[in-house]
Amino acid sequence: MSAGAPTAVAPARDGAVHGLLSRLDWRRDIIYVGFVVVFLVFAVLLGDQGFLSTTNLLNILRQSAIVTIMAVGMTFVIGCAEIDLSVGSIAGLTSITTAMAIASFGLVPGVVAGLAVGALVGAINGSLVAFVRIPSFLVTLAMLGIAAGVAQWVTDSAPQPILNTTFNTIFGSGSIGPIPGLVLWSAFAVAIGAVVLRKARFGRQVLATGANRTAAEYSGINARAIKFRVMMLSAMAASLAGMLYAGRLHSGRFQWGAGDELNAIAAVILGGTALAGGRGSVVGTLFGALLMGLINNGLILAGLDSSQQQVIRGVIIVLAVALARNK
Amino acid sequence: MPAPAAVRMTGIRKSFDGVTVLDDVEFEVEAAEVHALAGGNGAGKSTLMKILQGVYQRDAGRVELFGDPVTATTIQAARAAGIGMVFQEFSLIPTLTVAQNIFLDDEPTRSGLIDDAAMRARSAEILARIGVAIDPGTEVGDLSTAQWQLTEIAKALRQDARVLIMDEPTASLAKHEVDSLFELIARLKAQGIAVIYISHRMDEVYRIADRITILRNGRNLLTARLDQVTPQEIVAGIAGKELAAAGARGPRVEIADAPPLLEVQDVRAPGVEGATFDVRAGEVVGIAGLMGAGRTELARALFGVTRITGGGLRMHGSPVSLDSPADAIASGIALIPEDRRLQGLVLDHSVRENLTLPVLTGMRRWGLLVADRIRSVSDELIERFHIAVARPDAPARLLSGGNQQKIVIAKWLGTDPEVLVMDEPTAGVDVGTKSEIVRIVRELARTGKGIVVISSEYPELIAMCDRFLIMRAGRIVDSIDADSIQTEVDLELAVQGLAA
Repeated sequence: MSAGAPTAVAPARDGAVHGLLSRLDWRRDIIYVGFVVVFLVFAVLLGDQGFLSTTNLLNILRQSAIVTIMAVGMTFVIGCAEIDLSVGSIAGLTSITTAMAIASFGLVPGVVAGLAVGALVGAINGSLVAFVRIPSFLVTLAMLGIAAGVAQWVTDSAPQPILNTTFNTIFGSGSIGPIPGLVLWSAFAVAIGAVVLRKARFGRQVLATGANRTAAEYSGINARAIKFRVMMLSAMAASLAGMLYAGRLHSGRFQWGAGDELNAIAAVILGGTALAGGRGSVVGTLFGALLMGLINNGLILAGLDSSQQQVIRGVIIVLAVALARNK
Repeated sequence: MPAPAAVRMTGIRKSFDGVTVLDDVEFEVEAAEVHALAGGNGAGKSTLMKILQGVYQRDAGRVELFGDPVTATTIQAARAAGIGMVFQEFSLIPTLTVAQNIFLDDEPTRSGLIDDAAMRARSAEILARIGVAIDPGTEVGDLSTAQWQLTEIAKALRQDARVLIMDEPTASLAKHEVDSLFELIARLKAQGIAVIYISHRMDEVYRIADRITILRNGRNLLTARLDQVTPQEIVAGIAGKELAAAGARGPRVEIADAPPLLEVQDVRAPGVEGATFDVRAGEVVGIAGLMGAGRTELARALFGVTRITGGGLRMHGSPVSLDSPADAIASGIALIPEDRRLQGLVLDHSVRENLTLPVLTGMRRWGLLVADRIRSVSDELIERFHIAVARPDAPARLLSGGNQQKIVIAKWLGTDPEVLVMDEPTAGVDVGTKSEIVRIVRELARTGKGIVVISSEYPELIAMCDRFLIMRAGRIVDSIDADSIQTEVDLELAVQGLAA
């Protein structure tokens, strides 16, 4: 980092710009800087290809929405120094459960069944992590396979169509005015998540447990209960994401959500949440997810194929995280 | 009727696995009193305090706080009853701010959400009340050690502590920070708070405390007003006269005319303010000092773990520069670290793998490790150091603490160092292993190694060393020949800076 780069401790107060820079916490705020820089670069280079059109910008929001919802839950998990690799599979399992329940019993039982999948898987993950004390990496790695396998098994790999238009409209296919329903769902999840992490006692307990479990326990926090609840929360967020896949694509399918866990984790880390726990921001996570959506979108407009996109996305993630470390 | 004592513990008994740790102990602290609690390792101080804090359950005895009997024995109940503890390091969350830590798990809320403004205002109020200038919005991770401790005190006071336990609170503070801590303790005392002050530093105890209680081997030895006992009496009481356990001194090597092996000239490093000494071949030099005196920091600097910022080192008269442990090993210096489980051993690897880890280069043929050579080298070390190991291929985790320590020593001797720095080599091992380690150290000296031993266990130190260096506040302040130190009391008086 060059001299004069912004740090959190610089006491200088002369000049508004300098004051703003001195308040900038490089590690925490790199994502916003990165987002603005990438946005401006694309705006200049791809303005002619329609990058700045309202339709395209809404598209970016819509395409990032489902991963954003999973990433909000993941922010709590990583902030608590755990990991959840099963979110993508939970979304897939939820999508087929909801679809089958709607076909047999109707709208409300379908939604209830979807949420029940999240609650059940979350309770299993949470119990194994908090009470049996198996590392969450292993628990959720196993659950990734189990949930995907169950979903494929019970459907015999066949898509489960959803003909209930009310469900499809509410969960992902509808819109209010120009704003897609998916975007509203994700805004809702981000708002709740941000307030809970920053302003509710639960959020403080999550970060305290993630930073130093012993200290948290000595302060009266029940660290096991907190670990259980973050795994639960993440699974519930994943099941909501699964229902949104189902509503948007009018079907349940075991592949829905496959691989999303990695995008969710990347969004959380890009957003400034420490992989070792103790530090986290839901708004940062939102921008992490949006940055990845932005990059995907820009690279498609620039005419790169999907293999090239993957390479560039990987490079940008490593770059952003490396810059954030250089505090 | 006189006001009831803040703390009254009577007839306290506690044993772990049949070993009696506290035997009919009495302890009493008045309100608005600073009461020092002292005793050597294993005297039972920390067990007594853990009973008071609700961490351990007492087997027998009675605890009263301000006249009310205490029956519940949980951390939460003790805290609700007014017991506050200033922990050495682990009760604050580095990623949260001072205010967030002070109110952790008891945050003020407004309509269900944390009221940050109120929390900061009330934190500022508490900090002002104790006269501490810390911005409540600062992240704790950015604080100095002293500020960290003051935040702990503020946190305890926020929980309405009326009895505050401080365990070696000045161990990592600079002099002016100690002064402001003592001013704070005086203010707390004036507010009627009882302070239990655990410390080995006699000068501080005399400055701040009203009375002292000394425990030895789980029993009361003495409770007295400090104007009625001398420091010599206290030191003698704490140390006792138990030199026998570690065994007599081994035979000395004739070292008078040998040139120095290692010369340390005014070395400065983090936590070390200036250390000058030399070590001759065949000599065992002991470094004694109180907690926080900079002993471990010096050892780390000599091994290239932390950067030396001033002064210099010479081996055999030629200067060496140490930028990493690899440099130190190449120069012939080895360190046996303080925390062997963390820094000395790969616990899940086998005994053989641990023993040969520093010398893997010599175990190769055409770039590949040769199992036969690893086996023969490790067998030799196992035999030479009497390591009791049934299966050398079993993980080191399964061995006793004493045998683990022997592996750490043996593994570094495999590199054939000329100077061996040992940090607390006898901590946490059984009595038999202690005398074994003393024997090994003397044996190594006899073969011409120069040895630097840092230890808080004076009997072992006295049994091993030819010379003592006294360290205080990051400096080596004295060098004393072994002939002038006959008992632990002599050594403790030297460490405390009190002439015998």
